Amino acid sequence: MEIKKVLVLGSGPIKIAEAAEFDYSANQALKALREEGIESIILSSNVATIQTDRSIADNVYLLPLDYRFAERVIEKEMPNGIMIGFGGQTALNVGIDLYDKGILEKFNVEVLGTSIEGIRNALSRFKFKELMKKYNIPIPPSAVAKDEKEAIEKAKEVGLPVIIRVSFNLGGRGSFIARTYDDIEKNVKRAFAQSKTKEILIEKYLEHWKELEYEIVRDKDGNAASIACLENLDPMGTHTGDSVVVTPAQTLDNQEYQEMRQAAIKVAEAINLVGECNVQFALDPNSKQFYVIETNPRMSRSSALASKATGYPLAYISAKLALGKRLYEIINDVSKKTYAFFEPSLDYIVMKFPIWNFEKFGVKGYLSSEMKSIGEVMSIGRSIKEAFEKGQKMIRAYIPKENSIKALKENRPYWYHYAINAYKKGYSLKEIANIIGVDEFFLSEIVKKEKKNNFAIKQIDTLAGEWPASVNYLYTTKYGLEDDISFEKKRKLLILGAGGFRIGTSVEFDYSTVLLAKAAKKYFDEVSIINHNPETVSTDWNEVDKLYLEVIDLETIEKLNKKESFDYIATFTSGQIGNDLAIKLENKGMKLLGTRGINIERAENRETFSKALESLNIKQPPFVTARNKEEIDKFINEYGFPLIIRPSHILSGLGMFIINNREELKRYLKKAAFFSRGYPVVISKYIENADEAEIDGIGDGNNSIGVTIKHIEEAGVHSGDSTMYTPIEKEISDKMKEIALKIVNEFEIKGPYNLQFIIKDKEPYVIELNLRTSRSFPFSSKSINTNLMEYAMKGIFSKFEFDGFFEPEHKLYLVKSPQFSWLQIKNAYPYLSPEMKSTGESGAFGKEMHEALLKSWLGVQPNRLPKNKILIYGKNNLLKEVYEILKNKFYILSLDELYINGDSLSKKEVLSEINNGNVDLIITDGYLKNIDYRIRRRAIDLNIPIVLNARLGLELSKAINKYGDSIFNI
Amino acid sequence: MYLYLEDGTIIEGISIGADKEAIGEVVFTTAMNGYVESLTDPSYKGQILVFTHPHIGNYGIPKKEYINNVLSNFESEHIQVSGVVINNTNNGFKYNKLYSLSEWLKEENIPGIVIDDTRLIVKKIRDNGVMKGGLLKKESSKELVDNFNYSNIELINEVSPKEIIIHGNNRYKVLLFDFGVKHGIIRELIRRNLEVIRISYKMNFEKYINEVNGIVYSNGPGDPEIVSKYFDKIKELSEYKMPTFGICLGHQLIGIAFNGIVKKMKFGHRAINKGVFDVINEKAIITTHNHGYAIEKLPEGFKLWFYSIDDKVIEGMINNDLNIITTQFHPEAGPGPLDANYIFDIFANMVEKWR
Repeated sequence: MEIKKVLVLGSGPIKIAEAAEFDYSANQALKALREEGIESIILSSNVATIQTDRSIADNVYLLPLDYRFAERVIEKEMPNGIMIGFGGQTALNVGIDLYDKGILEKFNVEVLGTSIEGIRNALSRFKFKELMKKYNIPIPPSAVAKDEKEAIEKAKEVGLPVIIRVSFNLGGRGSFIARTYDDIEKNVKRAFAQSKTKEILIEKYLEHWKELEYEIVRDKDGNAASIACLENLDPMGTHTGDSVVVTPAQTLDNQEYQEMRQAAIKVAEAINLVGECNVQFALDPNSKQFYVIETNPRMSRSSALASKATGYPLAYISAKLALGKRLYEIINDVSKKTYAFFEPSLDYIVMKFPIWNFEKFGVKGYLSSEMKSIGEVMSIGRSIKEAFEKGQKMIRAYIPKENSIKALKENRPYWYHYAINAYKKGYSLKEIANIIGVDEFFLSEIVKKEKKNNFAIKQIDTLAGEWPASVNYLYTTKYGLEDDISFEKKRKLLILGAGGFRIGTSVEFDYSTVLLAKAAKKYFDEVSIINHNPETVSTDWNEVDKLYLEVIDLETIEKLNKKESFDYIATFTSGQIGNDLAIKLENKGMKLLGTRGINIERAENRETFSKALESLNIKQPPFVTARNKEEIDKFINEYGFPLIIRPSHILSGLGMFIINNREELKRYLKKAAFFSRGYPVVISKYIENADEAEIDGIGDGNNSIGVTIKHIEEAGVHSGDSTMYTPIEKEISDKMKEIALKIVNEFEIKGPYNLQFIIKDKEPYVIELNLRTSRSFPFSSKSINTNLMEYAMKGIFSKFEFDGFFEPEHKLYLVKSPQFSWLQIKNAYPYLSPEMKSTGESGAFGKEMHEALLKSWLGVQPNRLPKNKILIYGKNNLLKEVYEILKNKFYILSLDELYINGDSLSKKEVLSEINNGNVDLIITDGYLKNIDYRIRRRAIDLNIPIVLNARLGLELSKAINKYGDSIFNI
Repeated sequence: MYLYLEDGTIIEGISIGADKEAIGEVVFTTAMNGYVESLTDPSYKGQILVFTHPHIGNYGIPKKEYINNVLSNFESEHIQVSGVVINNTNNGFKYNKLYSLSEWLKEENIPGIVIDDTRLIVKKIRDNGVMKGGLLKKESSKELVDNFNYSNIELINEVSPKEIIIHGNNRYKVLLFDFGVKHGIIRELIRRNLEVIRISYKMNFEKYINEVNGIVYSNGPGDPEIVSKYFDKIKELSEYKMPTFGICLGHQLIGIAFNGIVKKMKFGHRAINKGVFDVINEKAIITTHNHGYAIEKLPEGFKLWFYSIDDKVIEGMINNDLNIITTQFHPEAGPGPLDANYIFDIFANMVEKWR
């Protein structure tokens, strides 16, 4: 059958273990389809991604990844092929559902690439084990269990310690290491809850064995190659997503490397792979014994990393293979002369470092077989030390002060920080290696002193210099004596990327970066990006004229600028990194694209910003910039509690709290000291029960285009954690626009800005101005189906064709819902506050707000429609209204201590209802940790949907009541 | 210490290994591990080898291990290169480590140099072709390099055996003409239950010819045209129609014997990541290469078996009438992927079935 139209499944919102790598992957697949002249459709609920931009696919469906929605899309579009390997585990699961329910057969849709049978063989722990035995591929001693009792029995057979692995799961969710039977009993329920097939594997725990991953490509004829071998510095037992990774592998001899390579290709053959898979190995550090652990027959985080590390675009090649091409027929994308059938050779070292955000959840993090990191960075150097040092500059992480040896023993994040400290204190490398199981080779390199002062620009060419490269995928090195490229005098723009993801900085910024790069091409001869997040589209070397995979800091940019002489530097799509650098770059004589650095500084500084608002007669909540205790007291005497407190220069509400009394204030001031980076704290009156609203706009210095947005949750919930919708009531949006115009003129805003308001009694108060693209920028652009970045370029270099504030017409409502990753942040208490905690977002359109809301909410994992019992409890009176709406269709339970209505249950009874799987949905509100910690936590661990805000609960219950199951038919 | 190239490039670096100078042809390998195998590969005899991967020596040097008096973890008894150019090294860490790279180089009396930008050298060789060069203690020794002329046949004499060596004891025997054979080749033959009678091209082979069921022409260093002037028995031996396998230099010598055209390549193939296409089985495999010459025109009576996917170089031939198979690449790998291993199966099968 000739393939004419293909549906590509995305991965939905960003969550721990499914991040921008799937934006990149699906983006590459869509590019390959376009090249082959095949019509493409993308289905994903992630409104922030580039793949859901209308310019990438022929048609975009912003809908939850659920087979019911997918069926609607298939019915309407009638594609004859589907690609399910580019959207992570989420897409695979939907693909399998579509297959099992006969939907693919019914509509005659062919699965492109690896077959469903092959995927099942790979992902069912049981089937995979049998298959490996059949192919004589070594696997560790293990047994499969289907229930809790069997788990203990099988653990006895295998022998402790064991590692529990889950079938069809994501990011090691639910898996754990058990040293006692008690460990199994405590954790196994949670493990089963994470498996689509209710199946777990009990495997011998290979403590301190090396962990390696091979990335294999294979075509329909069975030609196969190993594109990269990624060596985890962390040993077995730490999830690879949480491991420091190096490629190429550094500590394997030829025999080890090649035998595992051969086994990896055999695994690919066993599952009849067509496309790409990664095969994970454990290798004994003291012999040549190795075992295959698992395979992922799809694009993955590691395949994105391997692509960026080697210059071999795995997702793109994989898509071509799925369309029936052979490896030796596809041209090497980097050399443009050689073919895709080869194994890249690297004359540089690539390292990947994870970023964790435990400090945002008030819990201590421990690394284990379950992934917990939020983001990652990739560094390139001509030595391990060089790559390591760059990585340290890139992660920009908060590393808690701890006793080094204790931290190492407890397997805390950022082990290298503690290892170096321990070494400085006199512990030997061997002693440290024995504690953490990291090869002494790496430890010896990272503690090395390296004195090099060169600065040379080198190309990544996939072939270690053997063939010239035709693309400018670049890094810099202290080890270089000459540049690989020459520098021409032309009109040049450098765009700063947003770096590694962390809570508050995610794919939204990448969307803006990439769209800016595209829009800027008309205005510049050469557009370059500097960034170092291996997951993203912005680090795809084909998106720009030059890609610098580098540290984004003043030093690097200055050195690059010396060689390149950029005409402009764009900082406004780079999140907080760009904000911090803007004024510094301007002070060094570099020219910023858009609004001047001095005005950015004025907006960032609360004091100067508030003065400007005063002079413009714009209302704002009472506030004070306090440098000492007395100034705070004076404010409290005048306005009282509650108040919002934060340091200036912030992103994602870091260090921002609502303070209700003096006790809380005391605690905050003690804790916040380390956040403050030398700026005073800002205190403003917290206006209770107010609405929050925003404008995402583009200015041309005088006029503005933009979108007005409102939050469903009250002000005080961080905008990144709120449910947003647009369009909003005209009466309010008109007032907001009037204010925005004044501000655009005052700050001479050219390019993107985000203006935040509190709305009380229909009166907007300005609370914040950010002179950069915001997290909601892609949401806003998509809501009006307008490429706002093109307006940004226009606003910067000329004038808009209109006067005043222009908000294009909304054809539909668009709602965005936050995606949290509570499950992986063990022990964290799920609640909403001014401090952002979500990792991603889902979005959906609707003819009216509630339709869009319900779809959008269903796009978030693990949300699903309730069938029978709903638990409602809390202090907020709105919850009573929620009860009234839901009581007719559902059986309502409530907790006696925080009773709302319906059946009153004790805490113990509630927990038992949750454990037995009887509760379909929980709706609550506020911070009730002392009472309901165990309820919220248990619900999270068992994948039960939970609504943490009464206002959202109310709107959602209206939506559920109105639409119910019929939502799947719209 | 300095690395000097005949085009005038001079780079200062840090000396490791033996405290002496070295002069030779400068070549590079893009293999990222397997440095023990590379350094002991006799095909590199007399050459200064640049490693493109920035860290070499990471897992140290293990103790030599033998099976049937064939080395199982080295490609020959000694380091074969005359000099080593790397970017970075350390002590090496592994459970079976015996020496660090630097210690081993000292032990074997081979000098090495650590320089900052090995990529610069690779690019020069890529653009200008293989060059003479030297690891020199002082800049003024440059003349030594400029006046250096090496005799190819001497290289082969150095690496080929001084007496007949027999590996294994089996019903089926093969005669191996050793021009500097990699132990990996012998290993693969023995693994398939073949006895290997290993002789130098200078020795009398007549007495074995009736005992053996097959002939192997090994790899080896240098210019095949020159070697063929000293060894011209291939055509004569082919008249037995005995299963014959030529590898690398052996492949080129067969080409010359049958009037094929062999040319020096601009900078050769020295890597373990190269795709070749098996025309007969319609299959692509990743292979290990180490050759600076290539057959440009197929000799009469030979069919194309393998070609390089990237630059279409002839990488293997077959002559069904004469029972000859050849590969330009190294099916034994060492270092490198094991994809081409099946070629030894084909050869062993031919040997067993003959007569």
